[in-house]
Order: sequence, then structure tokens, then C-alpha cells
Amino acid sequence: MQLAVLGGFVLAGFAPLLHHWFGARTPLVMALLPASMALWLLGQWPAIVAGEVLLLEWAWVPGLDITLTFLIDGLALLFALLITVIGALVLIYAGEYLRGHRDLPRFLVIITAFMMSMLGLVLADNLVTLFVFWELTSVTSYLLIGFDHTNLAARKAALQGLLVTAGGGLALLAGLAMLGVAGDSWSLVELNAQGDLLRNHELYTPLLICVLLGAFTKSAQFPFHFWLPNAMAAPTPVSAYLHSATMVKAGVYLLARLHPSLGGTDVWVITLSLVGALTMATGAFLAIQHTNIKKLLAYSTIMALGTLTMLLGIGTEGALVAFAAFLLAHSLYKGALFMVAGILDHETGTKDVTAMGGLRRVMPVTAVVAFVAALSLAGLPPMLGFLGKELMFESVLEASDYRFVILLLAFTAAFLTLAVAAIVAMRPFLGALRETPKTPHEAPLGMLAGPALLAVLSLLAGLAPGLLDGLVGATAASLGATDSNVHLSLWHGFNLPLLLSLLSLALGTLAFRHWDRLRARLARLEPVMSRGPEAGYEAMMRGLVSVAGWQTRMLQNGYIRNYLVMTLLVLLGLVGHAMFIRHTPRFDLALDVHFHEAVVAGLMVAGAVAACVMPSRLAAVAAVGVMGFTVALTFVLFSAPDLAITQLLVETLTVILLVLVLFRLPRFATLSTPLERLRDLVIATLTGGMITLMMLSVLAGERLPRISDYMVANSQPLGHGHNIVNVILVDFRALDTLGEMFVLALAAIGVYAMLRFHAEEYDTRRSSALPEQHDG
Amino acid sequence: MVRSGTLILNVAARLLLPLQLMFSLFLLLRGHDEPGGGFIAGLVAAGAFALYLFAHGRRAMSEMLKVSPRDLVGMGLLLGVVSTLPAWWNGDPFFTSQWWTIPIIDFKASTPLIFDIGVYLVVLGSVLTAITALVKTDHEDNTRG
Repeated sequence: MQLAVLGGFVLAGFAPLLHHWFGARTPLVMALLPASMALWLLGQWPAIVAGEVLLLEWAWVPGLDITLTFLIDGLALLFALLITVIGALVLIYAGEYLRGHRDLPRFLVIITAFMMSMLGLVLADNLVTLFVFWELTSVTSYLLIGFDHTNLAARKAALQGLLVTAGGGLALLAGLAMLGVAGDSWSLVELNAQGDLLRNHELYTPLLICVLLGAFTKSAQFPFHFWLPNAMAAPTPVSAYLHSATMVKAGVYLLARLHPSLGGTDVWVITLSLVGALTMATGAFLAIQHTNIKKLLAYSTIMALGTLTMLLGIGTEGALVAFAAFLLAHSLYKGALFMVAGILDHETGTKDVTAMGGLRRVMPVTAVVAFVAALSLAGLPPMLGFLGKELMFESVLEASDYRFVILLLAFTAAFLTLAVAAIVAMRPFLGALRETPKTPHEAPLGMLAGPALLAVLSLLAGLAPGLLDGLVGATAASLGATDSNVHLSLWHGFNLPLLLSLLSLALGTLAFRHWDRLRARLARLEPVMSRGPEAGYEAMMRGLVSVAGWQTRMLQNGYIRNYLVMTLLVLLGLVGHAMFIRHTPRFDLALDVHFHEAVVAGLMVAGAVAACVMPSRLAAVAAVGVMGFTVALTFVLFSAPDLAITQLLVETLTVILLVLVLFRLPRFATLSTPLERLRDLVIATLTGGMITLMMLSVLAGERLPRISDYMVANSQPLGHGHNIVNVILVDFRALDTLGEMFVLALAAIGVYAMLRFHAEEYDTRRSSALPEQHDG
Repeated sequence: MVRSGTLILNVAARLLLPLQLMFSLFLLLRGHDEPGGGFIAGLVAAGAFALYLFAHGRRAMSEMLKVSPRDLVGMGLLLGVVSTLPAWWNGDPFFTSQWWTIPIIDFKASTPLIFDIGVYLVVLGSVLTAITALVKTDHEDNTRG
């Protein structure tokens, strides 16, 4: 399976080549991969349902305990099946939707890469691997939302989605790291086996907060829900796949996956059930204000994601079963509805449901598919959606905390969703045929196959829910339910959930009938709505840009003297802190200084003073040179020939370079005030004093064993060289040297670029001024 | 400002260049056991070319060098990275040094030596890049003005 997933990434890379060979049939060819994976997964179904957990071991980075091991249990199987089956259908659908589009190959590359990332995410057993795939889904999603890259809105939405999900991803990284440390394992199987230990660990609260941030941003929970509707700028196949059936469920998946190890505490129950319920109501409430069919569906997706989070929060056995059933139901009907929305957009040229009407006459098959899928969205019998909603109501009634609040929010969401379903299924198809930008025709087979299959599956699963008993039971079991014997049925008897359903049917119908008036009323709330979380995001982005500008002006102002002051001050602060506050230094002042050493040191000081006070630049350079040569002399005195040679050569070349530079500088001018010079003097003196004190304290006592002893002892036996300095440079510390080589190369490129561009500017200025000048 | 034009410097640079380059190679090859090594040798070679440049001008130096100094930097980095590959091939950890003896001349070849040659080229290339960039523009100013 790992090979298939990794191979999928390779296949993604070959999509343009395949497109060259197969032309418009490429998506069909590429759909063979997810389809065959789906068949393999179906082959595992009986074993998983029987309670087995498959672990496909694969070492990746054994030194860091990172594996590519795949874990297949009920939850992973459910997700993997959804990803592969809907993935294959979406590929076929996209082939028609983007038929003849110039960038179809690019689309195929990214969506296949996404598909494999998502599969890796739900199958990974290792936290690090899971995170890698998690980020891959964020990146591919960014590329897919911004697929229409000439469109400003699409680019902006893509960036927003990326920043929100990747920002959460950072929190998640911290959370997973803490989880790994707390549980002393990176394997999900091992972590889930020690839930009690984790829940009582001191890191539990911070790690939970981080993990929840990651999951909530990814799954568009309140208040991070705003990126999802904007992501509808993506082509519809993407919306159908990423932003309803798969990627946005990654957060929910993670919460479900960690439910056995982290779930069940008060924090978990209250946060998840309240945030979930709030997201449900917000999503449904915002949905009915939109007439754009994709936005309607996007907000109802938010409502569904909220439901899933809430069910995980409630966390009773019934809620876990409801989670599995609702997840499956939602993926089926929402995938189908998005594809229908794509068909409508493709055929009529508009996404506005109020602009469409009477389409049932020209597109009868689409109308039937839309009706069936919307029936499931509305939660009406005999669909799987009805079953999911009934189970949801039952679970809410079992909730331990804030039951009434949650019930109220869930009920509101339910009846508003019913209205949304009615709008999507009725408005475009009933009534008189309306004039639309394009003349609609029935969609081609490739576009109808996907939604039709998904709608039929919703219906079948609703009529014969027993087929799903095993899968739903196994999923609930991997979430921590003890009893995996589940019996799903449409008829639960005449009880409170059914009553709630009937009530929501009545209210929903009412809302649908008066939708236009309702929308007009809600439009008056606009001033309040525009202060939502998205406004916060915008303000944050503006703030980020201005802070970045401010700190660039402050820190990167282009004056090397300011850089030096900044660097030295930081050095002073850190070294001083370490030396005087964290340690009590001892200074060895009884130094054994010979006369000639004192002379050399005196020369050095004289050179430094001279360099500062010389009125001529050339003299200053010479004075700096004197300093350098005395340093070299010091190396000779203390028998370090390599360093002495290097210092001499560097000094020589430095003087050459400085002389060359001097010719380019303007005349001496007083650029700094006396006060600034005094400041610089103080900083320089302090830095010099600090370094001197540090040296003295180093000489005073050896706190740690000397590293040079190792080098001296091993230079010949391990490095085959007598020159220890060189053995260190090219063998023991070769990686450091390699890094320095790159730094040197970068510096050379920097000098070259800076001088060349500057010279060109200079030359153009000169040549334009030339005619007036006659001297040679 | 670059061309000094004095006969003594011109002749001296012409005679010293091969000697200095030989010396730099000598330093490079003996560096593992005696004072020397790629960094020092690279600086010596750069000094040699700088002297030639001051005596004969930038163009003459470029003709003498045949390749762009920036290409030397690239080649040096490439050698530095390539010297890590044999260890990888032998299954040793990254950057483990590998030693071979070339039979007839009894020369000990090794990945640190390849790496050192990389250092040599990067140092030589970087210094020359900086010097020629500084000189080039001045030189053009002179011919223009």
C-alpha cells in the first residue's frame, strides 16, 4: 500500500506526459489508480470488520523513530475508501468539467498528489509521517484553490486557506511533539493504548490546545470557518473532493484518531461539543443568506463538520456510531451535490440559484440526482442522511454537559439545513425555464456518473443500512467504543428524535417558502456580519504587513554601522547575561606575560587607536593592516603556523580589497554626531572588555573537558593526517566547512550582484552626462 | 587605476605567477600533514592572480584564467558536495572520509583531499570574483572618462 501511495506521487508527476499520450482520456487512465486501491481496500473489509487491525510496517528514518507504517482499522478504512472511491469519480468528472482546458495536466498533477497525501494522512501510524502528509494536503489545497491563478480573488482565497490551515498546522506540530514526548512514542497504536497516562500527564492541557487549534483550522470550525467558503474559488471538482469529502475532514479525522488517547476529559467534552454545535448553527445560519450554489453548499459543509466535532465531543457509544454514520452520509451526498452544482454552473454559466429555473425539463437526469442527494442532505427518509441525523439527535439527548444549548443549536442547524437542501434541489429545477448566460443541455455521461453513483449509494445505504453495520461498528470501535456490534435501521420507533425531525421539517419548509423575504431581512444584519472573524483575519494581515515594514526599516536599514551596533549589543547582552547572571565568573589575573608579547599587544592597541583617529582613509587602512599583522605575529609566537599563514594572507588580500573599495567611496564627510560617536565608543569598549573578561574567565578554570584532546589523539588514527587544523577542517568538521563554503560563495555572488547593478546605474548616469564633459 | 605600467612590476608578475601557483598547489597537497591546506592555498593563488591583474589589467588576467571566477566557485561547491558521495555509496554515515592508495605512484587519495580542492576553488573563485567586480567597473570608468 505504501508503494501504491508513493507510486501515486510519481504518477502525478507523469500526468503531463500521460496527457500527451492519452489526450482527453487521461483522467480515466489516472482514475485506475484510486479505483484499484479502492478494490484492495474492499478486499480488507471483512478482516477489518471482524475486528482486526492491519499494520503495514515500513521503516523510514529509523534513527529518529520515524516510520512509514500504515495502520488500517475501521476509521482508516472508512476514510481511505471515501478518498479512493470519490477520488476516482472526481477524476472522471474533472476530465469532462475541464475538457479542453489548457491547464488540465497541471490540475491532474496536483489533484493526484493531493489524493495520495490525503491517503497517507489517514493511513499513517506515525505522528511525524501524519504531520508531513497533513502539510502536504494544505499545500496541494493551496495550489488547487489558486488553480485559476490569473484571478485575484482565487489567489487571495488560496493564500487565506493556506495561512489559516498552515498556521493551525504549526500549532499541531507543537501539539504532536508534546504528544510524542508525553506518551514516549510516535506510534498512534501505542499512544492510543495508553490513554489514561496521557490524560493525566502534565502536558495534557497545552498539547490538547495545540492539537485542537490544528484540527479546528483544518476542519473550518468556528471561528476559523471563513476560509472554506472563500475556497470555493477553486474549480468545482476540487470543491467536491477537497472541501467537502476529504481535506476539510482531516481535522475531524485527527480528533477521531486521538479520541481514545485524549478524549473523554471535561476540557475535551465541553470544548468539542460547544465549538461543534456553534459551528453547526453558524454554518447553517450563514448558508441561507447566500444565493451562490457553491457557497450554500460550502456553509452547509461547515455545519456538517461542526456536527462531527460535536459528536466526538459528546463521545458516548451512540455518538461514536452516529459520527461514523453521519461522516459517511455527508461525504456521499455532499460530493454528489457539489458535482451537481458544477454541472449547473457548467451548463448554465451562472452559480446563482435565483437566476436558474425550470431546468428539470432540459436536464432530467441531473434533476433526479440532485433531488435524491438533497433528500439525504435534508435528512429525510429513506436516505442515509436521515439515519445520520436521527442518530445525531439521539446523541445530543445523551450529552452530559450543556445539553439544552447544544440541542437548541443542533435543532436550528437541522431545520436551516433542510431549507438549504430544498433550495438546492428545487430552485434550479422547478418553475418556468429561466434565461441563463449559456443554453443548458443535459450533462455528458462522464459528469453524471459520479454524482449519480454517490446518490444511489446514499439511497441504497438508507434502504439497507444493515450493509454498513460492520464498517460503522469497526469505525466506532477504533474510536474507543467497546461494543462494535451495531445495528443500523431507519425506523427507531416513535421517539423524541423523530419528533424533532418532524418539527425541523415543518420549520425548514417554512423557511424555504419564505426564503427570499428571510434573506432580505438577514441582509440588514450586514454591518454586524462584516465584523466577523474574517474581518479579524484581514486586520491581522494588514497588521502583519505593517509590522514587517516597520521592523525592516528598523533592522534592515542598509547602514552597516547600524547593523554592527545591533549585533554587538545583542552579543553584549547575551554573553553578559550568560557570564554574570547565570554563572559567577572567576578571573585568572596572574598572567605570565613576556616582554616581547607585551610589545606585540601594545602594537595591536596602537594600530586600533590609530585606525580610529587617522584623518586619511589610506592611513586608516594601513593601521588596520598593522593590527592584522600583529595578530598573525601572535599566532607565530604561540606556534600556530596555519593560523598565522591564513591571517597574513587574509590581511594582504583585505588591504588590496580595501584599497580598491576606497577609490569608489565619496570624500570623507562627517556623517555622525559627536554623541553618536561617543555611543559607538562606549559600545566598542564594552564589547572589547567583555571579550577580554570572557577570555580571562576561560583561562581561570576548565569547567568541561577540552575538546582539543580528542582532536589531537585522533587526528592521525582516524583522519590520516598530522596537521590537526586541516584534519578538523576537512574531516572532523567537514560539514561546518561545507556550510562556510556556501557562505563564501554567497558573499561573492552578493558582491558581484551589488557592484554590477550599481555600476550599470552609475554608467547610465555617466553616459547621459557625457556630452557636457570634455576632459579625458 | 589598475594598470601600473611599470616594467619591473610587469615582468615580475609574469615570472611570479607560475611560481606562486606552484606554491599554492604545494600547500594544497601537503596540507593534511604540514601547515597548508585548501583555504591557505586558495588565498595564495588568489594573491598571485591579483598581482597579475594589477600588472597587466583585468582582460589579460581573464585570458590567463580562461574560466570565469564565478564558475570556479560553482565547481568548488560541486566538488565539496561530490566528496560526500563515496561514503554514502559505502553505506557509511554522511561525510565519513574514504581513503584509497593509488598503486604505482603510492599516492594516498581521499575524499578529504577532494573536499580540500573544493575549498581551494571556492576561496580562489570568491576572492577573484570580488576583486574583478571592483576592478572591472573602475577600469570601464577609466576608458570612458
